[in-house]
Amino acid sequence: MSQDQKSTRRLASRLNWETILAVLLVIAIAGGGFLNQDFLTPENWSNLLANFIEIALLALPLSLIVITKEIDLSVASILGLSSSLLGLLWESKVSMPLGILVCLLVGAVAGALNGFLVVRFGLPSLAVTIGTLALFRGFAYVLLGDKAIADFPAEYTGFGIGTIPNTFIPSPFALFIILAIVFWLILHHTTVGRRIYAVGGNQTAALFSGVNIGRLKILLFIASGAISALAGIIYTLRFSSSRADNGTGFELSAIAAVILGGVTVQGGRGTITGVVFSLLLIGILNNVLTLADVANEILRIVTGSLLIVSVLLPNLIASARERWRVRQRLKEIAKIETVSAAK
Amino acid sequence: MKRYAITQILIVVSSLSIMGIAGYAEDKPIKKDLKITGIPKNINNPYMVIQFGGAMEACKEIGAEGKVVGPSETGASAQVPYINTAITQRQNAILVAANDPNALIPYLKKAMDQKIKVVTLDSDTAPAGRAIFINQASSEGIGQSLVQTLAKEIGNRGDFAILSATPNATNQNTWIKYMQEELKKPEYKDMKLVKIAYGNDEDQKSFTETQGLLQAYPDLKGIISPTSVGIAAAARYISSSPYKGKIVLTGLGTPNQLRQFVKDGTIKEFELWNPADVGYLATYAAAQLASGNIEGKEGETFTAGKLGNRTIGKDGVVLLGPPTVFNADNIDKFDF
Repeated sequence: MSQDQKSTRRLASRLNWETILAVLLVIAIAGGGFLNQDFLTPENWSNLLANFIEIALLALPLSLIVITKEIDLSVASILGLSSSLLGLLWESKVSMPLGILVCLLVGAVAGALNGFLVVRFGLPSLAVTIGTLALFRGFAYVLLGDKAIADFPAEYTGFGIGTIPNTFIPSPFALFIILAIVFWLILHHTTVGRRIYAVGGNQTAALFSGVNIGRLKILLFIASGAISALAGIIYTLRFSSSRADNGTGFELSAIAAVILGGVTVQGGRGTITGVVFSLLLIGILNNVLTLADVANEILRIVTGSLLIVSVLLPNLIASARERWRVRQRLKEIAKIETVSAAK
Repeated sequence: MKRYAITQILIVVSSLSIMGIAGYAEDKPIKKDLKITGIPKNINNPYMVIQFGGAMEACKEIGAEGKVVGPSETGASAQVPYINTAITQRQNAILVAANDPNALIPYLKKAMDQKIKVVTLDSDTAPAGRAIFINQASSEGIGQSLVQTLAKEIGNRGDFAILSATPNATNQNTWIKYMQEELKKPEYKDMKLVKIAYGNDEDQKSFTETQGLLQAYPDLKGIISPTSVGIAAAARYISSSPYKGKIVLTGLGTPNQLRQFVKDGTIKEFELWNPADVGYLATYAAAQLASGNIEGKEGETFTAGKLGNRTIGKDGVVLLGPPTVFNADNIDKFDF
C-alpha cells in the first residue's frame, strides 16, 4: 500500500461521527457567541442547560436500548405518569421523599412491562412501546384528569430551578452529568456494555456466545422506565406543576438526539459521548434561535432537518468510502498487472 | 429703550413658558426605545392576537421596541423559556397573560431581580410575580353578569354547564368562583351548575367537550363559556346540531367570531371588552414602570395614551372598564 493511501485511511478513521459532532459543536458555540452578545453569559447557559435536562435524561438509557436494536417510545408517557403520580401523592399528604421513591418504582415497573412484552412474547419493541405510550399516558390522565397540582414544597422546587452554588450549572443538570458518566462507564468499560454492542451487532452470534439477551433487554427497559420517572420528577419540580400532559412529545426529541448522536437504528453502533454532544448541539441551536426570536415552528424544522442529515450523512459517507476503496483496489490491481506485463 | 423692552418681553415670555413647563411636570415622559416582550397564553389564539396587537400598537406610539413571543400550547410551563429568553435579552418589561398563577413566579421574580418590569394582563399571577395586573373588567362583575344573562334567557330554572379554558387559568377560575357565588342568591335556586368542562382554549377540544356535555346531560338548558375559543367552538357545534335554539349559549367572545351565530339565533347575547385596549393599557403601564414614573402602588396614577388617566387599585390591579354586551342589535358596529 502506498504512503498517501495509508495516511488518508488514518484520516478517514479519525473522521468518525463524534469528531464531526465536536466540530459542529464548536462552530455552533462560536456562531452563537458571534450572533448574540448575550449568548456566552452564565445566565444564558444556565437556561440552555436547564431547558433540555429531561430530554437528556431520557436519551441516556434510550441510547443503550437503540444500540440493542430495540426502541422505547413510551419514555415521555412514563415521564407524564411519574409527574401526575408525584402530584397526586403530594396532594394526598404523602411526604416528598416517599412520593419520589414510589414514582421511581412505578417507572421501573412500567419499564419492566415493556421489557416483558418484548422479551417474553417476542413482540417488536416499536409496536409494544407505541402501545404503552398510549397506555401510560392514559394512566396519567386517570390519576389527574384535567387537574394540575402546583404547591410543591420550596426545598424541592428550589432544587429544580436552582443552580449548584457558585456556578451556573443547574442542580438537576448535575444529576444528568453523574448519570451520563455512569452510562458511559457501563457502555464502554464493562462487559455489560460489550454485550449490549454484541446483541445489537449480531443478535444470533451474541446468543450463541452465551449472552442472556432476554435479561439484558428487560434490565435496559427497566432502567429506561426508572430514569424516565426521574425526568418526570425533575420536570414537576422545575415548573412546580404536575399535569397529566407533561412531557408530551418528548420521546421524539429524545430519539432525535440519540440518532443524531451516532446511535443508528440498525443497532450495534454509537457512543454516549456522541449522544451528549448531540444533546448539547440541539440545545445550543434551540437557544441561539430562540434568542434571535425565531418562531417555535422554525426551531422544529431546524431540528428535523438536522435529524434527516444525521441519518443521511453516515450513509453517504459510507457509500463514498466504499466507492473510494473499490477505486483504490482497482488501481492497485491495474498497477500489479502493468508491473507483471512489464516483466 | 427698544432693547430694554425686548429683553423685558423675552423675560416675560420665558418665565411664562417655564411656568407652563412646570405645569406639565405632572405628565412625566416615557423613556424612548424601551424593549418590551409580550408573552400570550398561546401564540395562535385569536383573542391573544388582538390583545397583544393592541399592546404592540401602544409600543409603536411610545417609540418602544415590542415583540410577541409565546408557546403553541397553553401549558403552565410552556411560557417559562420565553421569560428566560426575555431576561437574557435584557428586555425592559415583560407583559404576560399567565397560563398558571404559580408556575411562573420563580422565573418572573428572577426577571424582576434583573430590574425587568412585569405586568400581567387578562390572566393574572399571584401578586408576588408582577407589579401591575391589567384586569379587563371587575372579575366579580363578569361572573355576576354572565349568570344574570343566562338566568334571564332560561327563565331562572334548569341545569347548565360551564365550558372553560384550561383548568388552572387564573382568570377562568376567578370568574367561575364569582359565578358560583352569584348562584347562591335565592333568585337562582332552581338553577343548577352540573359540570365544568375544559376545552383548554383549543378549538377542537372545546368542540368535542360541547358534544360530550350535550350527550351526557340531555336536559341541559344552557352553557356559559367565558372563553372566546370555547364559545366559538360551542356555537359552531350547536348551530349545526339538533340542539340549536333549544339550548342557551352565552359567555365571553369576540364579535367577529360570533357574528354569524348571533344572526342565526344560536347565541342571543354575549359580552366582552375590547381586548386590544387591554394590551394597549398594559404596554403603557409597563412603560411608565420602566421609565420610573410609577411603582405599582395603590393610588398612583399614570397616563395611558388614548385611554387617558388610570389609577392603580388594590394589589396593583388596574381596571379597564365595564364589559360591553353584544347582541343582534349592536354586533355590526364592532370589528374585532
